[in-house]
Amino acid sequence: MPLIELSGIERRFQLGDTTVHALAGLDLAIAAGEYVAVMGPSGSGKSTLLNLLGLLDRPDAGSYRLEGRDVTTLSPDEQATVRSTRIGFVFQSFHLVPRLTAAENIALPMTLAGIAPAERNRRVAQALKDFGLDRRADHRPDQLSGGQRQRVAIARATIMQPALILADEPTGNLDRHTGEEVVNLLEALNASGVTLVVVTHDPGMGARARRQLVMEDGRLQSDTQGGR
Amino acid sequence: MRLADTLRFARDAATGTPLRTALSVLAMSIGVAAVVILTALGDGARRYVVGQFSSLGTNLVIVLPGRSGTGGFNPANAITSTPRDLTVDDAASLRRLSAVRRVAPLTVGTSEIAHGGKLREIMVAGSTAEFLPIRNFELAQGSGLPEEDWSRGSPVAVIGAKIRDEIFGSQTAVGQLVRIGDRRLRVVGVLRPSGQGLGMNTDELVIVPVALAQSLFNTNTLFRILIEANSREAIEQARDQALATLKQRHRGEEDVTVITQDAVLATFDKLLGALTLAVAGIAAISLAVAGILVMNVMLVAVTQRTGEIGLLKALGATARTIRLAFLAEAAMLSAVGALLGYLLGQAGVFALRQFFPVFPAYPPDWAVIAGLGTALATGLIFGVMPARRAARLDPVQALMKR
Ligand SMILES: Nc1ncnc2c1ncn2[C@@H]1O[C@H](COP(=O)(O)OP(=O)(O)OP(=O)(O)O)[C@@H](O)[C@H]1O
Ligand SMILES: [Mg+2]
Repeated sequence: MPLIELSGIERRFQLGDTTVHALAGLDLAIAAGEYVAVMGPSGSGKSTLLNLLGLLDRPDAGSYRLEGRDVTTLSPDEQATVRSTRIGFVFQSFHLVPRLTAAENIALPMTLAGIAPAERNRRVAQALKDFGLDRRADHRPDQLSGGQRQRVAIARATIMQPALILADEPTGNLDRHTGEEVVNLLEALNASGVTLVVVTHDPGMGARARRQLVMEDGRLQSDTQGGR
Repeated sequence: MRLADTLRFARDAATGTPLRTALSVLAMSIGVAAVVILTALGDGARRYVVGQFSSLGTNLVIVLPGRSGTGGFNPANAITSTPRDLTVDDAASLRRLSAVRRVAPLTVGTSEIAHGGKLREIMVAGSTAEFLPIRNFELAQGSGLPEEDWSRGSPVAVIGAKIRDEIFGSQTAVGQLVRIGDRRLRVVGVLRPSGQGLGMNTDELVIVPVALAQSLFNTNTLFRILIEANSREAIEQARDQALATLKQRHRGEEDVTVITQDAVLATFDKLLGALTLAVAGIAAISLAVAGILVMNVMLVAVTQRTGEIGLLKALGATARTIRLAFLAEAAMLSAVGALLGYLLGQAGVFALRQFFPVFPAYPPDWAVIAGLGTALATGLIFGVMPARRAARLDPVQALMKR
């Protein structure tokens, strides 16, 4: 059973009189533990796909099965629970809460999920160590470098031990060297069994993935794994 | 999300924008402080007046010349009609009534007192020995007016504490001769200092026998007749008896007004109670304004933190969690504002009491509870809309906005 199974996914946006087909008739299956890069020109629907996979958006047609369960019909609260426990997001612009410290930002998903403070502290301490942020625990985002911020964001994405990590251009705001570090971190996570889907414009980074999807006008133009 | 975490999150969010938060807290606290201080003033005025009226005397019934249809004060009547005057004989006739314990005639006027080269303006009250007990006046030295025939008018005077201080200084006053108008009188007693009394400042009062006062002011009428009823229950009876007797004496014409202290008290009590309520209402408007300000602040917060709300949703926050977080923030703003306003108001009325010790400026409990309640309620009610707006945001749109 694949971790992700999309069939006949349509996502349309109405812009005035014209309808934009951000995703059109998309069929896709991703197995647990895969490392997938999503590439394609700007406006081809990469982010739309990722939002859909992360249950931040709903398709207009088609079905999405996550771990065998049809998740498009779930209530908003049930979807929130799935996001909380199964999915981690990494964004291009980090999306850290500016008034919270690195440790608090990392703990945020657990705080929202209502996990007890003691357990939170234990896991955050471990994550800080794993991501080389021990000495940055009490720093606020504006006191961190771009690479450190993205490491905090990745630590936050993994703190609930999700099955799936979705990263939308995670290195887009970083220089080559720090971008490299961040990719290494994500790949290490993948090596430990987490399914990783990365949207990227960087061919070099895309090439490191074991499977490349290229999108064009909301459709899969090529898939190195060739269908299901 | 745990309650403690929700509260901490809301607190951090509020303190993240200190100026905006401080301003809405300030607005809320001014509203609550206004309720506390204004109602303390209103209720203080009520208590002050009621207290003053109570100190006029116990079970008091007052007869004044002139007809008033309602039994209360009626200035229009006092001007248009020319009532038959009250006389000392009228007062004397009331002494026989069964419901009456004491009667004191009262005539008043201004004159001057002179002794040892010192001179000052005074208020003169012409009355009888019964005057002091009816009005609950107490003596510091000497005795009151002598028990004598009301028409006699012995040349004696009881003087107020302030007059004593100013005319005699450290000398003994009792036994001294003073000149009042063109009469020479002997001081027989000094009143205990009473502070400010209603209508009449007893510290600057000189009490002389009624017959003497009438000849001093060249009149044979009375300003008032004061009656003390036998008991609280007998007040109405004393009133009716006095009215009947005077009507009979005045050839069947009801040309006097008899008021009871209770009626006056009740009127003032009602009047000033209504005033307090009105003032509280006005202050409550400022609370509503503060509530709207809190709403505005929260709406701005939602707009400004749109990206954060999108992130929270991506991290698995339910709509309820987000609603609660924003509602907690609004509640916090108004709760802190209300508490601060309460303390500010209490400090204000405390200062008032320090400066005006005779004025009992205490906010009534109902006003404090209503003020705090309104503050919290408006904060919450006006917080609901922004909180719902935050919870309803589309996460993708929210995340795109930075
Ligand atoms: N909320 C929206 N309203 C209208 N059109 C939208 C919306 N979101 C996306 N689109 C359109 O859908 C198409 C796909 O957008 P998407 O953001 O998925 O592209 P992308 O591949 O991520 O591009 P980029 O590489 O620039 O990030 C685009 O044409 C875009 O204009
Ligand atoms: Mg994109």
